[in-house]
Amino acid sequence: MNTTVVDTGTDEKTWGGGKKPLNASYGKLMMWFFITSDALTFTGFLASYGFSRFKFAEIWPIADDVFTHVPFIHGNYPMIFVAFMTFILIMSSVTMVLAVDAGHKMDKAKTTIYMFLTVIGGFIFLSSQAYEWTTFIKGEYGAVGTHGGNIIQFVDTDGNRVALKDFAIGQPVDRTQHLNKNGLWFSSESSLPSYTIDEVVAGFEANPNLLVKTTYVDNATGHKTILSRNESIKELKTKGKNVVEGANLVQNEYGPPLFANYFFFITGFHGFHVSIGVLLNIIIFFNVILGTYERRGSYEMVEKVGLYWHFVDLVWVFVFTFFYLV
Amino acid sequence: MADTHKLEIFRGLVKFKSNTQKIWGVLIFLSIVTAIEVILGIYKPEMLNGHFIGMKILNWIFIILTIVKAYYITWDFMHMRDETASLRRMVVWTGVFLICYLIFILLQEGGYVGSVFTNGFVKNDF
Repeated sequence: MNTTVVDTGTDEKTWGGGKKPLNASYGKLMMWFFITSDALTFTGFLASYGFSRFKFAEIWPIADDVFTHVPFIHGNYPMIFVAFMTFILIMSSVTMVLAVDAGHKMDKAKTTIYMFLTVIGGFIFLSSQAYEWTTFIKGEYGAVGTHGGNIIQFVDTDGNRVALKDFAIGQPVDRTQHLNKNGLWFSSESSLPSYTIDEVVAGFEANPNLLVKTTYVDNATGHKTILSRNESIKELKTKGKNVVEGANLVQNEYGPPLFANYFFFITGFHGFHVSIGVLLNIIIFFNVILGTYERRGSYEMVEKVGLYWHFVDLVWVFVFTFFYLV
Repeated sequence: MADTHKLEIFRGLVKFKSNTQKIWGVLIFLSIVTAIEVILGIYKPEMLNGHFIGMKILNWIFIILTIVKAYYITWDFMHMRDETASLRRMVVWTGVFLICYLIFILLQEGGYVGSVFTNGFVKNDF
C-alpha cells in the first residue's frame, strides 16, 4: 500500500512529482505569490496616482510645501520626518531579518529579542504615520477654494506663507452650522471654517503686503507662481468661493482634492498593511516565547511573516519616492 | 541552513563573512542611498533640473535609487538571492512585466487627459 502514492515512475524528472523543484516549502511559496499579487495592487494605486498627477501636472502640490512638520519642533523642515519614518521601517526590517537568521540557528533567546524590536519599530512607524495624518488633516495656513476647484494660498512679499488667522478681519455673520437637531433630522453639515470668504477678502485688501500664490507651477523656477498685488486682488475676488482649512476627502488646502484622496488612500492602505504586519509579528513573538517553533523543530514561520514584513518596507520605499520625492 | 546563504553583494565586489554581517552591510548601503535621496530632495540642485526622455534628471535619479533599494531589500532581506532561479523569475518577472505595462498605460493616458486640459477647449480655472 505504501507504494501507491509515492512512486509515480518519474523519479528522475525534476517536475515529475514527489520533489521540491523550487526548493521552498508550500507556505513560503504561497507567501511569495501573495506578495506578487499584493505588489500589483499597490502598483495599481501608485500608477493611478501617477495618472492623476500627469492629468493635473501643472496644479499638483509640491511635496516640500506640504509635508514640512517635525514633532516638537516648530519651523519648516521638509523631508526630515519622512526620512526618519523610512529609516525606522528599514531598521525594523533589519531586526526582522536578524530574527530570521537567529531562527535558522534555533536560537530562541535572540529570536525573541529581535522579534520584540521589530514589533516596537512597527509601533513607532504607525504612530509617526498617525502624526503625519493629523497634521495633514488639520492643516496650517488655510486657503481659499475657487469655483473651478483650485486653491489660492497667501504669501507675504518675501514669499513666506501667511495663515488666514493672521489677516482675516472678523465681520458679523448670520450663518451658523446646520445641525440635525435644528432642522431635518437626516441632514446636517460638518463644522464651518473659522472665517468666511468675505472676512478673508476684507483682510486681504487691508494688508497691502499680501500676495496670492496660485497652484500653477512656474516651470522656470520649479515653484508655484506668485501673482502681483493687482492680479492677486482680481484673482481672489473673481475666483474665490470658499475658505478651506486642512484636508478632507472633498477639498484640501494643498491642491486638487485628488491629492488628499490619494494620500489618505495609499498611505492608509500601507498603514493598514503595517498594522496587520505588527499583529502577525506579535503572534509570532508570543509563539517564539511559548516555544512553539522550538517544539516544531523549525522557525520557518518567522521567515514567512518576515517576508511579509519586508514587503511592507518595500512598498514604503516606493510610496516615499512617489509621494515625497518625485 | 545558515551556511547556504550567498554572502556576496555588488557582484562579488564585497564579500561578507557571515549572514549577520551581510545584513548590517546592506543596512549601511540602504541608509546611504536613503540619505542621498533625502539630501537631493531637500536641496534639489539646479543642475539636475534638466529633462531627459520626458522627465527631470532628478526624478530619474530618485526612481533609479528606489529600484536599487528595492533590489537589495528583496535580494538580501527577503533572501531572494538564495532561492532557486525558477522561483526568482516566477516572482520577479511576472511583477516587472505587469507593473511596466500598467504604468505605461496609465501614464500615457494621464498625459493625454492633461494635454486636453491644457490645450483643449476645457476651462477648469475659474
